[in-house]
Amino acid sequence: MSPTPSPAERLPTDWKSDAMRKRIARRYAAERRFHLLGLGAVLLSAAFLAFLLVTMMGNGLRGFTRTEIALKVDFPASPLLLDPQAITNEALANANLPMVTSAVAEKMLGKDADALLAPTAWLSLRDAIKADPTILNRTEVIRVPASTDIDLAAKSDGTPAAEAAVKRLKQAGILSTGFNWSFLSASDGTDPTQVGIWGAFKGSLLTMLVTLVLSFPIGVATALYLEEYAPKAWWTDIIEVSINNLAAVPSIIFGLLGLSIFLNFLHLPRSAALVGGMTLALMTMPVIVIAGRNAIKSVPPSIRDAALGIGASPVQVVFQHVLPLALPGILTGTIIGMARALGETAPLLMIGMRAFIATPPGGVSDPATVLPVQIFLWSDEVSKGFVEKTSAAIIVLLVFLLAMNGLAIYLRNKFEKRW
Amino acid sequence: MTGPAILLLLAGLGAIAWVSARARAMRLQTAARATGRRDAVHSLPGYHGWYVALWALIPAGIFLAIWANVAPGLVTQSVLTDPAAQSLPADGFARAAILGEARAIASGLQAAAFNPASEPLVEPYRTAMTEYGIAGAALALILAFAGGAYAFTRIRPDFRARTRVERLVMISLLIASLLAIVTTVGIVASLLWESFRFFSMVNPIDFLFGLKWSPQSAAMGYGNDDAFGAVPLFWGTIFIGAIIAMIVAIPLGLMSAIYLTQYASPTVRKWMKPMLEVLAGVPTVVYGYFAALTVAPALRDLAASIGIHGASSESALAAGLVMGVMIIPFVSSMADDSIAAVPQSMRDGSLAMGATTSETITRVLIPAALPGVVGGVLLAVSRAIGETMIVVMAAGLAANLTLNPFASVTTVTTQIVQLLTGDQEFDSAKTLAAFALGLVLFVVTLLLNIVALRVVKKYREAYE
Repeated sequence: MSPTPSPAERLPTDWKSDAMRKRIARRYAAERRFHLLGLGAVLLSAAFLAFLLVTMMGNGLRGFTRTEIALKVDFPASPLLLDPQAITNEALANANLPMVTSAVAEKMLGKDADALLAPTAWLSLRDAIKADPTILNRTEVIRVPASTDIDLAAKSDGTPAAEAAVKRLKQAGILSTGFNWSFLSASDGTDPTQVGIWGAFKGSLLTMLVTLVLSFPIGVATALYLEEYAPKAWWTDIIEVSINNLAAVPSIIFGLLGLSIFLNFLHLPRSAALVGGMTLALMTMPVIVIAGRNAIKSVPPSIRDAALGIGASPVQVVFQHVLPLALPGILTGTIIGMARALGETAPLLMIGMRAFIATPPGGVSDPATVLPVQIFLWSDEVSKGFVEKTSAAIIVLLVFLLAMNGLAIYLRNKFEKRW
Repeated sequence: MTGPAILLLLAGLGAIAWVSARARAMRLQTAARATGRRDAVHSLPGYHGWYVALWALIPAGIFLAIWANVAPGLVTQSVLTDPAAQSLPADGFARAAILGEARAIASGLQAAAFNPASEPLVEPYRTAMTEYGIAGAALALILAFAGGAYAFTRIRPDFRARTRVERLVMISLLIASLLAIVTTVGIVASLLWESFRFFSMVNPIDFLFGLKWSPQSAAMGYGNDDAFGAVPLFWGTIFIGAIIAMIVAIPLGLMSAIYLTQYASPTVRKWMKPMLEVLAGVPTVVYGYFAALTVAPALRDLAASIGIHGASSESALAAGLVMGVMIIPFVSSMADDSIAAVPQSMRDGSLAMGATTSETITRVLIPAALPGVVGGVLLAVSRAIGETMIVVMAAGLAANLTLNPFASVTTVTTQIVQLLTGDQEFDSAKTLAAFALGLVLFVVTLLLNIVALRVVKKYREAYE
C-alpha cells in the first residue's frame, strides 16, 4: 500500500476513471451475488420442505386407498349356515364365511384365487350381510379387498406374477379402487392391507390427555409462582436454572429418566399411555412454564395495582385478573408444547411403547403405542406394502400437527392484546 | 368398595361441605350486616366454603393414599394367618408367586389359576380384600366427616378463612415449582446411579478413551474389558451432528436470516418466516423416515456413480444432511435475534460511508453479531447431538472411526436406543452402558448450553 498523501496534495477522486468504474462494478456484482445467495438459501430451505411434503404425499395418498375385487356372490346357492331372519354377531361368526368367500373366488377367478384376496376379504361379506340381510336371498356383487401383492401391482409395480394377475382382473373388469376405511379404524397388524392407525391414534390421544392433565396445571402454577410471588433467593434461582436447563435437555434423556424412575423404581406398567404421558409431561412442562411466564409478564402492572388498590388480596389479584388476561398466551404456549409432545418418539421408545399392539388401548394403563412410534415401527417393516402405510400415517400426523399449530396462531391473533 | 366409588363419594362430600359452609357463612354475613357493621365479616362466604371442603377432602385424601400402599401388606398378612396358607412352600420366591396369582384372581385380573396351590387362597384373599377395602373406605369417610365438622364449627364472622385458603394456594404453587428441581435431580440421580453401576463393571478410562465398541460381544460373555470403548460413538455423533449438519445448517440458516431481515420485502418475510418454522415443527421421525427412504439411497447411488467404494446405504452424510435441514430454522432464528440486536446506528454509519448492503452485512453486522451467532450455533450443536430419531432411522449401527461421509457411523443416541430396546436385564453392562452414554450426553449438552447462554448474555450486555 502506498503511503497516504497528505490532504493538501490529494487529488479529488476521479469517479469516471476506468479503474474506479471497474471497482464499483465489481462491488455491485458482489452485492448482487450476496443478495442472490441469500435468496438461494431461503429458496433451498423452501425447496427441501416442498420436496419432503411432496414425497410423503406421493407415497402416502395411495395408502388411503385400497384395491378391491368385485365378487359376484350367489348367496342362496352357497353353503352358508345363516338364517336371514336371525342375523346376530354370533351367527355371523359361526357361519363359514371365509370358506364361502374363497369358494366364490375360486369359481370366478380360478385356482389361485386365494392369493388374490386379502385374508380379511370375508369381513366385507359379513358387513354386507349385516347391513342388509335380504341379500342372502339373491345374487349380489360385493367388493372385497385384494391381497398386498395385487394391491402393490395395481398401484405401482409388483411382482411379475401379480402384474399378470392384475392385467387379467382388469380385463375382467372387476378391479377397482376404493377408500380404505379400515386404515382409519384398524390397528397394527402383520399384513399391510389390514393395518390401520386407529390403535396408535387412540394411544396418542390417551398419552396427550395424561400429558395435558399433568403438565398444564403444574406448568401454570410454576409460572405464576415464579413470576408473581417468588422472593429473590438462591433457591428460586435454582428453580429458574433447572427449568431453563430442562427445556434444553435432549428428549431421549427424559426417556432414560422414565425408564429408570417410573418403570424400574415405581414399577408402573410398561408400554402404557400413563407412563408415556408422564414422561412427556416432564418434557412439556418447561415449555409451558416459559410461555406462561412471558404471557404473565406482558400483563401490565397497572392491572395488578388497580386490583390491589381496591382491596384484593395478592392471590385474588393473580387468579381473578392476571391469570384470565394471560390465559390466551399460556394456551398458545401449551398447544405448541403439546404439538411437540405429539410428534415425539425417542423417549417413548425407551419406556417400551414400541411393542406390537394389535388392539386399541382401553385405558391409560393398557399397553399402547402412539402415532410417531407406529410410523417408526412400520418404517422398519420389510414388506413393501408398508411404505405407503408409513407415509399415510405421516400425513395424518402432519395434518394434526398443522391443525394444532394453526389453532395456536389463531388463538394468538384473536386474543392477543397489545397493552 | 372400589376406588372410583370412594373418590366419587368423597367428591360428593366435598361439594356438600362447600355448599353448606358457604350457606352458613352467608347467613352469618347477613346477620352481621343487619347489626350495621359492614366489616364484621372477614372473608367472603365462598372462602368459608373452600375452607371446610378442603378440611373434609385433604385429610381423607392423604389417608387414602397411605392406605392404598399399606393395605395390600395387611391383606397378605391376614391371608397368611388363614389355615389354607399353612401348606405354602417355605421358599420365598414360590410363595410370592402363588400369593400373587391368588391375588390376581381375587381382584378379577386373572380368570383361572395356573398353579393349583393358589386355588384355596383365592377365597381368603377375596374376603380379606373386601374387609380391608370396607375398613379403608369407612375410615376415610370418618376422617372426611371429622375434618369437615371441625372446620364447620370454626365458621364465625371474624374467622379468617381467606387467609387460610390462600396459604394453601401459595403452598401448592410452591410445590408445583419445586417439581422442576425434583425432575432435574431425578435425571441426574438416575443417570449417576446407573452409570455408577456400569463403571463398577467397566473402567471409566476404558469407556471414555477406548476405541472399540462392541457391546454385543460383551453380552455374549467375552468379557467387558474391551467392548465398551465409546470413542467411535463420540466421533460419529460429532461427525454427523457437529460437522455435517452444521455445514448444511450454518450457511443456509445464516443466509436465510440475513436475507429475511435485510433484503426481503415484508410480504416475502410474512410468508417465508412461517415456512421456516414449519420446517422446525416437522416431527423428527418424519425426517428420519425421509432420510432413510429417499435421501440415503440417492446418496448411495450418487457415491457409486462417482466411483466411491464401500458407500453405505446408512451413510453419515444422509443423516447429517437431513439433520442439518432440521436445524436450519433454529440457526436462522438465533442469527435473526442477534443481528436485530446490533444497534441501528452502526448499520446507518456503514451505509453512510458508501458501503453497499452486503459490505455492511459482512463487515459490520456479522462481526458485531458474531458472539450471538456463535452462541446460537452452540445451541444448535447441542440440539443436533441430542437428536435421536433421524440417526436411529438413517445412520448405521457399525461403530466406525472414519472420515468418509459415505461410510456408516453410529452415534451416542442410536446406541442408547439400540442398547435399551429388546431384552432388559438391569444387571448387564450392556444395558447400563446406555445410562453412561446418557450421562455423557447430558453433561455435554448442559455445558454447551451454559457456555452458549453465557456468550449470548455477555454480548447482549455489550450493546445495552
